[in-house]
Amino acid sequence: LGVDVTPQAWLEAATRDADRRELPELKPLLETLSKSMEALRRHEQEHIEETVSAARTPR
Amino acid sequence: MTHRCGLAEMARLIRAREVSPVEVVTACLERIEARRELNAFITVLAEGALAEARRAETEIARGAARGALHGVPVSVKDLIDVAGTETTAGSAVPPRRGPDAPIVSRLREAGAILIGKTNLHEFAFGTTGDETAFGPVRHPLDPGRSAGGSSSGAAVAIVEDMCYGSVGTDTGGSIRIPSAVCGIVGLKPTIGELSCEGIVPLSTTLDHVGPMARTVADAALLFQAMGGSLDGPLQPPPGCHALGIPGPYFCDRLEPGVRAALERTRRDLEGAGHRVIDVSVAHAEWTADVYLHIVLPEASAWHARTLETHADRYSPGVRLRLEMGRYVLAEDYVRATTLRTRLRENVDGALDGLDALLLPALAITAPPLGAASVEVDGSREPVRAVMLRLTQLFNITGHPAIAMPAGSSGGFPVGMQLVGRRGRTADLLALAAAMEPYITGGPGSVGGGTG
Repeated sequence: LGVDVTPQAWLEAATRDADRRELPELKPLLETLSKSMEALRRHEQEHIEETVSAARTPR
Repeated sequence: MTHRCGLAEMARLIRAREVSPVEVVTACLERIEARRELNAFITVLAEGALAEARRAETEIARGAARGALHGVPVSVKDLIDVAGTETTAGSAVPPRRGPDAPIVSRLREAGAILIGKTNLHEFAFGTTGDETAFGPVRHPLDPGRSAGGSSSGAAVAIVEDMCYGSVGTDTGGSIRIPSAVCGIVGLKPTIGELSCEGIVPLSTTLDHVGPMARTVADAALLFQAMGGSLDGPLQPPPGCHALGIPGPYFCDRLEPGVRAALERTRRDLEGAGHRVIDVSVAHAEWTADVYLHIVLPEASAWHARTLETHADRYSPGVRLRLEMGRYVLAEDYVRATTLRTRLRENVDGALDGLDALLLPALAITAPPLGAASVEVDGSREPVRAVMLRLTQLFNITGHPAIAMPAGSSGGFPVGMQLVGRRGRTADLLALAAAMEPYITGGPGSVGGGTG
């Protein structure tokens, strides 16, 4: 997968693996999971930015 | 003869020797047999329950009640180990056998009679009760509809007088969802408050075990018998209380009948002098993504070996969800865990200055069995996502939550939910008892009027 595991790279690798395992019905679920993965990472970014911002706010 | 009353009342009748445990167990067994097509039970312990009932009758005759549930028939979800029985988890995967789970031992110590093990969504990994090796659990009011899940059979068993209390588990809403769909009370205590030992896990950090019954007082009695911390009988707190309705995310899309029930509940509570305000839980929209990245890998880890050896024994949908979990990256699991802490703080923040949050337990009423999607407020959504939306956050955060019947819509029950402070399940139960008349809209709402 390499060091930078983007949702897109992950989806491509996971889809290839599902094909290798003869589980094609898994592919739509993996696509759903990749969207959730993208969203999770956006949420994390939001969380980090808010935490940094809160730390900079004078008390 | 069926005795249509709650668990607390039945316990009282037995203690007063107005009703015989043998008569009660016999009536419950007849109800199970009479409505076998609902597929509420996987294992019925008829002989054992009758033997226990005879023993309970002898004991009560000499004034030796074992505990608060002496002689009262209860059931447990078939994820929970009961000595001498198989634990199937609703699956065709080979079952396991084990000694009584601590929860079951405590129920026996309280004098309860184990009448059987209830059907469920396979391995508790679903909300509709139709993916099970033991036949889909059918709604008592319409066999073409779902009874909710995953503690599907437990809810049906209560509504149909097959027992007086039931033990369910809740990883994303599996006690509260079927309780809402079937019109009963279901409590998810604070995380970790009741032992999950001897219970097949779905997600070790999200799983909860809790009671399901007809009324808040019944659920409290069962909770106490299971080892929950309650100081004596339930005492509804006097005075007026402050409740917050979390609007954004939770109430954005509700079936009109559910929205009407929420508005009616709000009016009734305000009319009784309670304060009901609008609140929000910061970042509640993160819920589904955080939940997914925790529940999937935790479930897959537990099933890894069986997926290799018995993949064909799982229901196709359950197997695919478990397989999906094997692809979640460790770094995303850690991200979800970090965000989980933040969500916990945000729910704490929303509860600041309030006694509880008030919201529906479910955005819809009983969906058709086998439906992949449902229409909510004009838009079509996956049924699983809709059914989990209002409950799963409180599994992530561990706050106690209780589902209660709140009338009906289109002839099917609607459920409301109260969410309390972490570690304060007893306070939530007491508050729920005080709010019960306003939330249920009066007697007769159990099972959407069938009770």
